[in-house]
Amino acid sequence: MSLEGRTSSSPQNPAGGVEEGMSKAPASMKLSTQDLNFYYGGFQALQSVSLDFQENLITALIGPSGCGKSTFIRTLNRMHETVKGTRLTGQILLDGKDILKEDVNAVRLKVGMVFQRSNPFPKTIFENVAYGLRVNGFQGGKTAIHEVVEKSLVKAALWDEVKDKLHQSAFGLSGGQQQRLCIARALAVEPEVLLLDEPCSALDPIATAKIEDLLFALKTETTIVIVTHNMQQAARVSDFTGFFLLGRMIEFSETNTIFQNPTKKETEDYVTGRFG
Amino acid sequence: MKPSSTIKNLVNYTMFAVTGLCTVIAVGILFFILGYLVYNGGKSLSLSFFTNLPAPVGEMGGGMANAIVGSGKVLLLATLIGIPIGFLGGVYLSEYSSERIAFTIRYITDLLNGVPSIVIGIVIYTVVVHPMGHFSTFAGGVALGIMMIPISVRSTEEFLHAVPQSLREAALALGAPKWKSIVTVVIPAAMRGIISGTMLDLARVAGETAPLLFTALGNQFWSPGWNQPSATLPVMIFTYAVAPYEDWHRQAWAAGFVLLTLVLLINVTARLALSRGTYVPRG
Repeated sequence: MSLEGRTSSSPQNPAGGVEEGMSKAPASMKLSTQDLNFYYGGFQALQSVSLDFQENLITALIGPSGCGKSTFIRTLNRMHETVKGTRLTGQILLDGKDILKEDVNAVRLKVGMVFQRSNPFPKTIFENVAYGLRVNGFQGGKTAIHEVVEKSLVKAALWDEVKDKLHQSAFGLSGGQQQRLCIARALAVEPEVLLLDEPCSALDPIATAKIEDLLFALKTETTIVIVTHNMQQAARVSDFTGFFLLGRMIEFSETNTIFQNPTKKETEDYVTGRFG
Repeated sequence: MKPSSTIKNLVNYTMFAVTGLCTVIAVGILFFILGYLVYNGGKSLSLSFFTNLPAPVGEMGGGMANAIVGSGKVLLLATLIGIPIGFLGGVYLSEYSSERIAFTIRYITDLLNGVPSIVIGIVIYTVVVHPMGHFSTFAGGVALGIMMIPISVRSTEEFLHAVPQSLREAALALGAPKWKSIVTVVIPAAMRGIISGTMLDLARVAGETAPLLFTALGNQFWSPGWNQPSATLPVMIFTYAVAPYEDWHRQAWAAGFVLLTLVLLINVTARLALSRGTYVPRG
């Protein structure tokens, strides 16, 4: 694997390198943004961010508070549209197609999201996981739904803890369990990409470790993008890492390179803890 | 130093005494009314009050069964008219409208809430009673229904606002269209609050008299239909209390007692439901 960190997205992968600015996506490139600018009213929160996310790999986005990494990840399934007075320019390509031009609900079905604070619905554990199926008109009987719910909970490593209380309120679960429930809920609709916005920031180390293990297991079938404040977490779980600062994507490379041999001074200062 | 600190203490004690006394008076008045009503009303209350029609003048006894049923019918109609409009308006305000429009609508509903009930009565008299040709349960229901709208709008909006944004986002992120996220997640999360608000709204209009004078009017007998005049408890209280018969005064007290019990019952139920229904996410 390449040792030289490069500012552009140039990961070496079995399918061949991807040069920044290439408009045609090779098979392994799942999601990419091109020249993405984002504005809250008059404030520009993202400045010309171009990034590629490889299929079935975990990409971590790091950076100090307010650097735009959460804003960025929310654009990837168009959650930014729920905030009034925002504007976006540029392209977000999923399998080469601009998601900004497609049906927003279809996009979100393909690009799932797990939020910073666990946000289970005030429903039972079962209904939380089944929600995505129900609102998307899942064709299949009770048994089929039950199968998907079980499969999703197993994938989220929660099944053993909740299998006897599927029909109790989700609020009875601990914080870490609730977050895994939210992951199970997102997995139930079989997203092609899973976005996680600081999923462990409210969790203790044990719950965090469980979720990290979970991400490893999930990447065989899903492309994962995770925003994290915790650099150790980025180093532990991700294959690629992008460093954000003041709305710009400063450096993007393999995780090892970012942490051991970054090209940019800002990146080095941040990952060595000199600021941020 | 010394005298001024004495004065400070004096002022302090005076403030404590004055504010305390006023609080005692405020609470005391409520208990005085309650006690007076329980004493007089309870004394005059009997089973026949709930089962019999009003007795003709000069005859003792009788009840207000027709007024109890009449009030029930008017309130049912008012709920059917006022709550759907108020509820959906509240959903629009909370989930769809822009901040500027919401501000305007809120302001207008507050104005509507401030319209004296007798004015609403006379308007309904003009637009419903007059064209129909007679007073009716229906007209009474319309009048009270309109009075229910503003509170219903505002309480629905408040309870929907209290639903965390993160729940809406969770639903949208699963590919749910906005309307589905509202119907399946946001409204259910706020449902208990909305129902409580509705009950408080109902309790508030249950005692309204002025609009019913022009609309449902009153009736000494069973109301023959929804489009016919009907007795209601508040109007009965008014009619019986101003009549020159001692017996009728006692009936008015009993009616007041029953009405108050009904209103308190709705009120307490609503508040109990509300206190248990707060949404508390963990983690």
